[in-house]
Amino acid sequence: MEAGTLTRSRAPRGAPRGARVRLPGVGAGLGRGMVVLYLSIIVLLPLAALTDQSLSLGLSHFWDQVTQPQAIKSLKLTLVASLIVVLINGFFGTILAWLLVRDEFPGKSIVNAVIDLPFALPTIVASLILIQLWGDKSPFGVHIALTQAAVVVALLFVTLPFVVRAVQPLLMEMDQEMEEAAASLGAGGFTIFRRIIFPNLLPGLGAGIALAYARALGEFGSVLLFAGGLPSTMVSSVFIRQQIESGNDTGAAAVSVVLLAASLLCLAVVSLIQRWSSRHERSQVEVGSTIMPFAGGGGV
Amino acid sequence: MTATATSRWGLRVLGLGYVFLLLLLPLGLIFYKTFEHGIAPPLDAITSPDGLHALKLTLITVAIAVPLNTVFGIGCALLLVRHKWRFNFLVDAVINLPFAISPIVIGLSLFLLYGTDGWFGPTFAEAGIKILFSVPGMVLACIFVSLPFVVRETVPVLQEIGTEQEQAASTLGANAWQTFWRVTLPAIRWGVAYGVVLTTARVLGEFGAVSIVSGSISGQTQTLPLFVAKQYENFNLPGAFGASVLLALLALTTLLAMNLLKRKEDA
Repeated sequence: MEAGTLTRSRAPRGAPRGARVRLPGVGAGLGRGMVVLYLSIIVLLPLAALTDQSLSLGLSHFWDQVTQPQAIKSLKLTLVASLIVVLINGFFGTILAWLLVRDEFPGKSIVNAVIDLPFALPTIVASLILIQLWGDKSPFGVHIALTQAAVVVALLFVTLPFVVRAVQPLLMEMDQEMEEAAASLGAGGFTIFRRIIFPNLLPGLGAGIALAYARALGEFGSVLLFAGGLPSTMVSSVFIRQQIESGNDTGAAAVSVVLLAASLLCLAVVSLIQRWSSRHERSQVEVGSTIMPFAGGGGV
Repeated sequence: MTATATSRWGLRVLGLGYVFLLLLLPLGLIFYKTFEHGIAPPLDAITSPDGLHALKLTLITVAIAVPLNTVFGIGCALLLVRHKWRFNFLVDAVINLPFAISPIVIGLSLFLLYGTDGWFGPTFAEAGIKILFSVPGMVLACIFVSLPFVVRETVPVLQEIGTEQEQAASTLGANAWQTFWRVTLPAIRWGVAYGVVLTTARVLGEFGAVSIVSGSISGQTQTLPLFVAKQYENFNLPGAFGASVLLALLALTTLLAMNLLKRKEDA
């Protein structure tokens, strides 16, 4: 009897068997067919054509294209700059999330709204404005346009919201009793952060950083005008565009496939973190559906 | 206690200083730079034939891409949440792809698929349909980049509302369409609306993917973001800023809408 009640209360909230809610208009089978068709036409076929083109002159040609000096140089710059950027934004993003959840200050709701600006503002506008702010006409006398520092600043701008928005819900749902208990046992502010808050935020931080990294790897618009296409400041996306313009479609496709693989890896990391956190921490903090409010919450 | 107060102020200075430098300062500067010499130069740029055409083309891409992705998004979310299928995880993974793929890679993929040597290029060319360097290609690029938003925002809401009300409706004799319009859609509307706002913002601002497939021909295949880049390259800063301010205002409207909708959703 008791066991029975227990099982029932644990049953998932989805539709019970036999009482399926039907999709309007079309049956599930036809609906599925339409979804798969749409995804194929919009997403899968183009990516297949890209992969096909990258290998059209053979594997060794693919390798030659990917390992030509400028391609390697751009890939290195992209990977390293993106890493620096997500670490900086991981640090500031966590602080901002903490301020927005645990602190009170005038203008808080404005700051909270402005965090999403990089998601809403077109990247080319960001590039144009960054060049005015930190270019040769800089009102502060800081000239970093057309340098590698410009790549970093542009990427900092576009990826700022990811960590904030991934950490924020975890902080909101965190039980403050643990912190109070730690404080009453004599732990200082930093110890509480290191031993209690940080471990609880780790899944959100990890997912936010992985998504920000994926975004940074592929960023184009904001880097284009501000960092330019000099050999030393050329990120992979700008390199790909340059290859297309010079008619080397196969080379452009080959580097694109490498970039694509790196993005897929980031997504895989995010989904692993999601799965791990929903398995381990469901009882304490509901991570699953809120881990990425912007980019990928509510996985199925 | 003083230590906590000091660290709190330290965090405030660090965090808010960062937001000010990285976000607020640039935002303020767009408006200052644009109206530095009065309202006439930016206004002239936007109301020039090329500027107006870019605005029109941007609105056309929004008008096609957003409804398509909205209908797809709602249908797809219903399937993912309400109907178990062995391959749902794959559909889910593919939907996330546009978040992670570089816009340039997306543009190049379409360019290769519909190009003269591409798989579909010759077929469409024979039929006399121009995909690349014209509106259909640009719309395809916009649909690709903004595909996930409605699905991603609708799925969690659907999971949360459960199926009890829908079952009650169908017990009372409502058919599938009636249940959808009267029960499901009203319950998920704010989630869907949030997704639509994000989709629109993404389509309005898309640059990389569209720049590859459109060729960015002035007065023909230029959306507002492409217009901004072209004006900058032609050393017409007032023109670039005029269009930028328009896009920035749209971005601010987006932020406002996002906040209002989040509040409705939480209520």
